Order: sequence, then C-alpha cells, then structure tokens
Amino acid sequence: MDNPSVRHEKRPGGDAPPAVELIGIDKRFGPVHANRNVSLAIGKGSIHGIIGENGAGKSTLMSILFGFYAADAGEIRVNGRKVDIKSSGDAIAQGIGMVHQHFMLVEPFSVLENVVLGAEGGALIGPALGRARSVLERLARDYELDVDPDAIVGTLPVGLQQRVEILKALFKGADVLILDEPTGVLTPNEADHLFHILRGLRDQGKTVIIITHKLNEIMAVTDRVSVMRRGELVATVDTKDTSAAALAELMVGRSVLLEVEKGEGHPGATVLAVDHLTWHDGKGVARVRDVSFTVRAGEIVGIAGVSGNGQSELLDLIAGLKRPSQGQILLDGQEIGHLADPARLRELGVAHVPEDRQARGLIMTFEECESAILGWHNDPALGSSLWLDRERVQNRAKADMQAFDVRPQDCHLKSAKFSGGNQQKIVLAREIGRDPKLLIVGQPTRGVDVGAIEFIHRRLIELRDQGKAILLVSVELDEIRSLSDRILVMFAGEIMGERAPETDERELGLLMAGVRPGDKPEAA
Amino acid sequence: MASTEARDWPPSAATEQGTSIMNKRTLLVALAALAAAGYYYLGSGGGGGGKVAPGTPAVVFDTGGKFDKSFNEGIYNGAEKFKKETGQAYGEFEITNEAQREQALRNFADQGYSPIVAAGFAQAAALGKVAAEYPNTKFAIIDDASITLPNVQSIVFKEEEGSYLVGILAAMASKTGKVGFVGGMDIPLIRKFACGYVQGVKATNPAATVFQNMTGDTGAAWNDPVKGGELTKAQIAQGADVIYHAAGGTGVGVLQAAADNGALGIGVDSNQNGLHPGKVLTSMLKRVDVAVYNVMTSAKDGSFKAGTTSLGLAQDGVGYAMDDNNKALISPPMTAAVDQAKAAIVAGTLQVHDYMADEKCPVQ
Amino acid sequence: MKAKTHGELPAYVDLVLIPATNLVVALLVAGLVVLIIGENPLTALGLLLKGALGSVRGWSYMLYYATNFTFTGLAVAVAFHAGLFNIGGEGQAYVAGLGAAVAGLGLEFLPWPIALVLGIVAAMAMGALWGFIPGYLQARRGSHIVITTIMFNFIAASLMVYLINNWFRPAGRMAVESREITHIALINLRDAGAALGLALPPSPLNATVFLAGLAAWATWYLLWRTRLGYEIRSVGANPEAAVYGGIKLQRIIMITMAISGALAGLMAVNEVLGVHHRLILEFAGGAGFVGIAVALMGRSHPVGVVLAALLFGLLYQGGAELSFAKPAITRDMIVVIQGLVILFMGALEQAFRPLLASLFFEPEKA
Repeated sequence: MDNPSVRHEKRPGGDAPPAVELIGIDKRFGPVHANRNVSLAIGKGSIHGIIGENGAGKSTLMSILFGFYAADAGEIRVNGRKVDIKSSGDAIAQGIGMVHQHFMLVEPFSVLENVVLGAEGGALIGPALGRARSVLERLARDYELDVDPDAIVGTLPVGLQQRVEILKALFKGADVLILDEPTGVLTPNEADHLFHILRGLRDQGKTVIIITHKLNEIMAVTDRVSVMRRGELVATVDTKDTSAAALAELMVGRSVLLEVEKGEGHPGATVLAVDHLTWHDGKGVARVRDVSFTVRAGEIVGIAGVSGNGQSELLDLIAGLKRPSQGQILLDGQEIGHLADPARLRELGVAHVPEDRQARGLIMTFEECESAILGWHNDPALGSSLWLDRERVQNRAKADMQAFDVRPQDCHLKSAKFSGGNQQKIVLAREIGRDPKLLIVGQPTRGVDVGAIEFIHRRLIELRDQGKAILLVSVELDEIRSLSDRILVMFAGEIMGERAPETDERELGLLMAGVRPGDKPEAA
Repeated sequence: MASTEARDWPPSAATEQGTSIMNKRTLLVALAALAAAGYYYLGSGGGGGGKVAPGTPAVVFDTGGKFDKSFNEGIYNGAEKFKKETGQAYGEFEITNEAQREQALRNFADQGYSPIVAAGFAQAAALGKVAAEYPNTKFAIIDDASITLPNVQSIVFKEEEGSYLVGILAAMASKTGKVGFVGGMDIPLIRKFACGYVQGVKATNPAATVFQNMTGDTGAAWNDPVKGGELTKAQIAQGADVIYHAAGGTGVGVLQAAADNGALGIGVDSNQNGLHPGKVLTSMLKRVDVAVYNVMTSAKDGSFKAGTTSLGLAQDGVGYAMDDNNKALISPPMTAAVDQAKAAIVAGTLQVHDYMADEKCPVQ
Repeated sequence: MKAKTHGELPAYVDLVLIPATNLVVALLVAGLVVLIIGENPLTALGLLLKGALGSVRGWSYMLYYATNFTFTGLAVAVAFHAGLFNIGGEGQAYVAGLGAAVAGLGLEFLPWPIALVLGIVAAMAMGALWGFIPGYLQARRGSHIVITTIMFNFIAASLMVYLINNWFRPAGRMAVESREITHIALINLRDAGAALGLALPPSPLNATVFLAGLAAWATWYLLWRTRLGYEIRSVGANPEAAVYGGIKLQRIIMITMAISGALAGLMAVNEVLGVHHRLILEFAGGAGFVGIAVALMGRSHPVGVVLAALLFGLLYQGGAELSFAKPAITRDMIVVIQGLVILFMGALEQAFRPLLASLFFEPEKA
C-alpha cells in the first residue's frame, strides 16, 4: 500500500501512513498565489494546528482538502492512498469532516434532523432518524458530546451548536476532522470544553486539524503545528518544542509585540456618564439592566463579557442606534439618550467603531472611498449642501488610508476586497479621524491579523494619551486586560463589577459567568 | 465618459462587475452586426416595405385579438367571407399597444392597401390622423362616428334597438319578474346596450327588476369569463332568471353560469344560441361582419361612400337570433310582441332612447 | 469550484463573448420556435432587425418605445438602489397622465412654454405621489412595497377609468379619452425635421426622447454625486450600515419611492403630451412592467437602463414589423421571442460563464 518513493521526515503516528498527506499543493486565484507548493503530513491520532495570519492560505489549503477547490497542482493522500477529491462528497467518503467557522445548520430543525442532513438514506426519514438516535447516543457516550437530540438547533447556545456540527461530521464517518477557527464564537469556558472534547477524539484515534490565528489555542491543544505565511508552509514543529512567541515570529516574519506598551493613564473630566440605563427588546425582555458607569477623558474603560450579555445593546444605546427604555446617557453632562440619532451624535463628538465591520461599519459593495465617509457623508467639508465633491471625498479617503497604513492604498477598490485587518483600519481611520470626544469601540480586532492588531492597539493607546474617552467592548479578555484602565464585567445585561486590569483572569472569568464573589463557584 | 465616471458604473448591491454594463454596449454593436447580416441575407427584397396590388383590403383588429368570439371575430368573419367569395386576400394586424394603431394604419396605407378597416372606436384618433395623411386611400371604422373626412366611412350600430327587442323577450320569458345584465368594460357603449335592454324590459313589464353589473374598468373586463360567471350567479341568487350580456369574451362565462344554474342567457354580437342549446334565449345580433363585408364589396365595385352609416333594425344591422336551438324557448306571443315592436321602430313610431345621445337612461 | 474564478477571465470574455453567447443562444431558441411554426428563422430575424433598424421610421419607433422604457426602467432602477422593488411603475405612469392632462387642458391661459414645463412638473408630481404613498405605507406601517405597489396599479386603473370617463371625456364621445390637448405639446420629430427641411416619416417620436436622456443623466448624477444618492445607495446596499451611519431609513424609503414615481411619471409626458395629445385609457400599456426587465438587464445603472431600453425598443418595433410582414408569426409569438431574449440576456446572463471559463482554464492543465 505505502508508496516507498515518498519520504516522510517524521511520522507522529508511528509506522502507519499519515492520516492525511498533502504533496506539492499549489493554487492560484488569478494574480493571488494562495498556496505555493505546500507539502504536509498529518499523523493519525494527533491534533494538528495550522496557524497563520489572515490570507496566509490556511483556509484555502483546507478547502482543497475538503473538495471546495481543485488544486492547480499536487496530490492528496489519505491513509497513504492517492485520492481524487473533487467535491465535499468525495471528502466525506474519504472520512474527512469539516466544521466551518459559520455553522452549516438548519436552525428550525432538531439536532437529530440536522445530524442526518445529507445522509437521509431512503425516501422516508423515519428509519434514518431512529438509526441516528442510537448512533448519536453512542457518540455522545464515547466523546462526551452530550446534546439533546430533540432540541431545536436555533435555540441552542453556540457552543452546543458547534457540538452538533462535530456530531454531524462524526455521524458521516469522519476520521479526520477539520475545524476552521473553532473558538471564534465561544466563551473561554466553552473553548476549554471544546479542547477537552478534541483531546478525547484524538485519544479514540481520530485525527483533528485546527485552523486558527490564536496562538494560545495552538499552545493549549495541539500536538503539532504548521505555520503558514503568504501561501507557503514555513514550518511544522512539535508544539512542545516551541512557544507562542516563536510561532508569532514565524507567522509574521518578525517579532510581534504581544504585550501592549502602555504608560500610566491620566484621566481627566468625565466625558460619558451612563446613569441607570435600561433597555427592553421588542419582546419586553430587559437586555440592558440598570447600568451605570462613567468614562473620563484620557482613559480606556473595557467591558468584558461573553458575547450576548448586553454589551452590543449597550454600545447601540450610546451610539444612538437604540432608544433607552429608562435612564440617561450624559455626554459632557448633556442628556443624549433621548436623541437616538447617530448623525446628531457624531456631530456632538461620539465616534463609533461597530462590532461587526462587515455588517455595519462598511458597505462592502461600495468603493473604499465611499465606505470611508459613511456617517460623515453630510460633512460640509465634503461638498456643497446637496452634492458630494468626489475629489474631496477621495482626498480624505486617501489621507486616512495613508495615516492608517491601509493596503492596498487604492480607494477605488471595493470595500469587500480589503482584508479584515485593513477593513478595520478603514473604519478606525474614519471614526478617529474626525477628532471625537468619545470613542466607543466594539471588537476592534476580531478576525484581524497579528500585525494589524498591534497597530490598532497602539492607536487606541495613543488616542487615550491624547485625552480621548474610550469605551472598549471585546470578547477577547487579553485585549481588554492589556488595553483598559478599568474593566467592567457584564453578565445578563448587568454590570457585575469593576476590576483593575491586573485582576486575575480566573476572577474575571467567574464574573463573566455571572458568579459574584461570595457566590458558590459551582453556580457557574 | 470620463474614466472617473466609469468607476461608478458598478451599480447595485446585486452585481459584482461594472463590466456588465459594458455588455449592453457591446450587445448593440453585435446587434448592429447582425442587422448588417440580415440585410445581406435579404438583399433588397423581402420585408414589409413592398407595395400590394391596388384594391387589396386590410383590417386592423383591436387589442382583443381576432378570435375574441365577439366583436373582432365578427369583423374577421366578414373579411373571410369577402375573401372566400372574391378570392381577394387581405392584410391584417392585431394591435398590442396604443402606439401601434397609427403604425399599423400607416403601414397598410404606405403599402397601398385600400380600403383599410379599423375595428373599434378606440382606433378613431389614430385613424383620423392617418386618413388625413392618405386622402387617396379609403378607410372605414366600425363603432365610431367622430371622423368626418372625405375618404372615411364610419359605421355605427343602433345597439339600443336590438337590445330593446331582447329586453322584450327577456321580460316575457322571466318567471320571477327579475332579469339581469352583465356588461364588459364600463364605457358608454355598453351602457347603451344596457339602456336599450332595460327600456325593452320595462315596456313589457313595468314592475320588472333589472340587475346591472359591469365586469370591470379596464380592457381585461372583455376577457374575464370567471368574473362574468360570478356576477351571473350573484344575479341568479337575487332571483334573476334571464341574463343578457354585452361583455365580449367575458360573456362566455355569463352564458355558462346561466345554463348551469337553470337560468336563460342572452348572447350578443354574433349568434351565441348554439353555445348552450336550449339555455340561451336568444342573441342580440350586431352584424359587424355584414358591415365589413359591405365596405370591402363597395370598395371593389366602386360604390364606397364616405360619411356615417348607422345600421339599425331597418338596415338589418342589429336584430335577434332565431334558430333551432331556441325555437322551443320563444312562444308565439313573444314572437308577436317582438315583431310588433320591430315594426314600430322601423316605422319610426317607437323611439328607443340612445344612451350616448345624452349619457342618460330614462329608466333603470 | 469555478465560481471562484469570477473576474479572472480576460476582459473581452465579459465584454464580448458572454453577451454574444447569450444573444446567440436566445436567437437560436427563438429561431427554433419560429421554425416549428413553419417560418424561416433567418428571414424572421432579418425582418425583425430591418423593421427596427432598416429605416428612419423603424429607428423612430424604436426610440419612441425606448423613451418610455427608459423612464420606467430608471424608476425601477432608482428604487432598486434603495433595495425597494417598485412594481408600481405602471400605475405611477398612468396616474401621472392626470397631471399632464390637467396642465395641458387647464393651463391654456398661460404662455405655452410655461404650461409645458408645468405639465412636465405636474406629471412628475402625480407619479411621485403615487410612488410616495406605498413608500409611506412601507416606512411607517410596514406594508410590503411589492404588495402595495401592485395594489396601487389596480387602484390607478380604476381611478383613471372613472376620471377619464366622468371628468375628461367630452359628452357624446364614444372613446374613453379626453379632448385633444392643443395648447402644449412636445414637438414631434417629424415636424422638427420639416422645420429644418428634412423629410422625416411620421412616427410618435418626439422631443421627450431628449428628456429621457436628461433623466438618465440626472438619475446617474443623483445616485453618484449627491449626498441623497449616497444615502439611497447605502440603504439599498446595507440598511444596517446605513442606520449606523445616521441615515434615516424611513425618510429615504419615502423619498426614493417619490423619485421613482416621478421618473415613471415622465412616461406620461411622452404619451399624453408627446404622442396622443390627449388622456387615453391605459396609455401606459405595460411599459411599467417592461421597466422592471429593463432595470434588471441594465443592472440598475442609468447607462445600462438606456441600452436595455433600446434593446427592448428594438424588439417591440422589430416585432411589430415582423408580425406585420408575416401574419403567421402572431403577436403572441413576438412576446415569446421577447421573453426568450429577457430570459437569456437577463435572468440567465451568467449561465454560460462556467462553460466559457472552463474553455479558458482547462487547456492550461491539459
């Protein structure tokens, strides 16, 4: 079976052929060389991480393995046999399963129905469901993948939805499981649990491939790690022989400052005061409950919390996108909550970097120079009363691009054509550039590559040092801790408490889980 | 266009490439090339620009189309009859939109057709314009009398007279003393039918009730048999047992519903007695076929005259249909009553009010 | 997998090959239909093209149709840019006829140029009103614009029949139409030609055709050069981002629908003041619906709309001439042929792309 002409430098799975072997994979998208002659062997029964910045080619490589793209050159071997994978169906037939970053689940269906999706068997679904139920029970037992088979998927938390995705792949007989950015949507606790499950899978002989750009996850869970940079595989090493810093250096080709250098803050007058703020959603549920805090000039206040605990709503309320049900929002002592007018708030000096730049911050189909004035398109400096002056718009966009090192520096390119990091820089440039009093920032580095993270963090600190008031919401606890002067933790719409950035991660984690000091820890 | 403007071409959220706009420009170039190819293929001959033999008649049908089982079809039948008898082919065109009226008339005139018959009053404005441009071409228009040109013959019908007669028959055939009328599109012409009918009914039975419904306000009302059937059923539910329609294709549904629900229908324009033998009391005949045949024949033998011809009972332009299908339904007293009224109208001793004269109907 | 190779094809494939392929396929299928009824497809194609492009009259009619389609196409396109599907161009154009007719018949005491301008403005205003109401209902009451604009087509049809019948029709006149508008008119091209010593054939083509060009330019300018246009496009491209950007959705929906209605209303200027010189029943004649196809094919860009309107003008005029010359090819056949062109040029525009793309990419590997 094994082809003796191929040399494997290392075989983590002993003498057995690698579970998956990619040899000389090459792929171009027009001028973009996404994968350059990539060769990689993944040992059976191991957890293998693939790490790299956005656009390094890791997703393309896995998409080739899963049959989404055809490689221009190179071959794929599964268990030592050369295989021809032309579609995801072929991949599944070869025992390869994939859990996508954005789940491919039918939300109104039950767990069971989702699991059998694509493997229904005959015309009648009944027998398949019965069979699936017993298989599901066995899988749940073997891998600690407990999910109620009759629960409606749409009602499950994301952590459980991800579990359903994994079950789906296992149900179809996957021996090799690919996970694309699996922790992007998870709480730290959920992520920990996922890692636990993955280790279990490995111990039962499954092979796991994780694509991520989070270094700590690589260090935490993988046995081996491959680093990709600009389409090339630059290194494959055993995780125990490397460090986060070393990997980061490999990823970007230079040393990255992971810790943000931050001087002592000099907070001044109160800029934003939120006073007993409450907001009910359309169903009458209080999503923000009696929240009070202040942000002073020259300080960064971070709001930590697992996503979905009212942070997004709080940002919307301050930005004027929602009208408070009760309470006040004061900007320099002036009540602004009742305005609920984002345009007016911008005039008053409130800049807003939204959590989701693709859904809100930019208009993806617009040219960059048009996205670059969103919200400021009525700025008198950009034209006369009715018209927009193209030249002035472009000049502003170009200046912003230069100031924030956005690449490529072509403002006529569609917003969607920029990478995540560059898109985020475009939004930041627009919001910071008009000299705001207050900057509210949501998830400033979500899906952004390491180089851009560093740049964005530096900018935020600079802004603080210039005396701006900054309210930062992030699900990345590291980010909150390294940037903030004070940390507020939100849970279920309430502020659980204020902590200093030096506070122990575990203590913050408990607050994020809704456990106040003095409560029994088991409540989490 | 300057290049900066070209940048804006990618337009909507739905598209990815500005180039798709360019497609259309290219498309036109391609079309032009094809046009050239078409020319080459055709040479100088072919196409619609040729001339026809003098005296070839033409018909421009209205939007209903020539097989509408009603007005346009009557015109078609007249033209076909002429063709069969004389062996003379004729040109024809069915209108799809307003702008084509003038276009079609002008096309026929250009190619030397004469006479050119325009079906329906809706063509009046276009005909008036084109007829003035071609004084040597003979034109005729059916159902309109608004044009006074030396080369235009206008033919109108006294529908009120025919409707009066079927009104008498309806009133006498009704056992409930309630009769119905279903019109097509709500226009004066159809109210003219209704008014004549009501006069006939009331003259026979002053206590009778006449239900009147129009199918709609647009051209679609001429071709909505489902709604026609519904209106008929509603009238039957209120007690009507004889229902007269003046609704073109919609009337098919009226007659069907009447036959299905034990009532009698009355057809219009052409003889519709045979649609449901024994269930259609009679049909109000409007002999557009005769009118068209006469126009074509008169043009052929040189007796074509401009001016308005009004065809009533006296000219056999309107009437009521008797055949084997309805023989059993019309009793001798009914025949006598109708014949008497007809004689009186022809003699001028009985005047049926024309709704169009003052847009009023003396009875309801 | 080839889907990802979009945009990497050589430019001429997008610009020439794909549209040409689509057109050829559309013509082939249409030709097959013609063949089935026993006519020579090449003759038919030749007649169609000659009918539209082979004479000054053909061109004139084609441009006349294109004028209407440009207005209604622009109306749909503007609404598309705000993410609104305005099905009501037909009704908006129809009701706009009221404005044009009232100005034409009622402003005879004014000098004609002023009355003419007021007539155009009145037509736009009535169209705008008929677009604004569904816009208002969508914005403030959440009634779906597709439903309301369809309903407003019906309301317009009934309203206009009533008004023309009872208000505009001179007593004793059989045809349901107003008396002739003699005070103002957009000059017919033939008359303009005659004034310049050119002998042009009679056709409905009139000065409104220039208004159509102007409207296309103005629409482009509005959408890409004004703050309002920026807001309209933002709302259409991403309403959530627009709200984030401080744009008031409801306001933009209402304004856009009014603009859309006003553009559709310009069609009434062509028909009432340019061609018929009277208010007639159903003068919109389906052009409002053709506008939807025109906007789709034109990718909602004014330049594309104008080109698509010309193509439809060609099909309308060429089709009429074709059925004129070949009675066997009835008007219903013409509709089938027009439908096929819409199908292949519009709806299936990308259908042959993968095939063509594979022709370009596979040989490199082989």
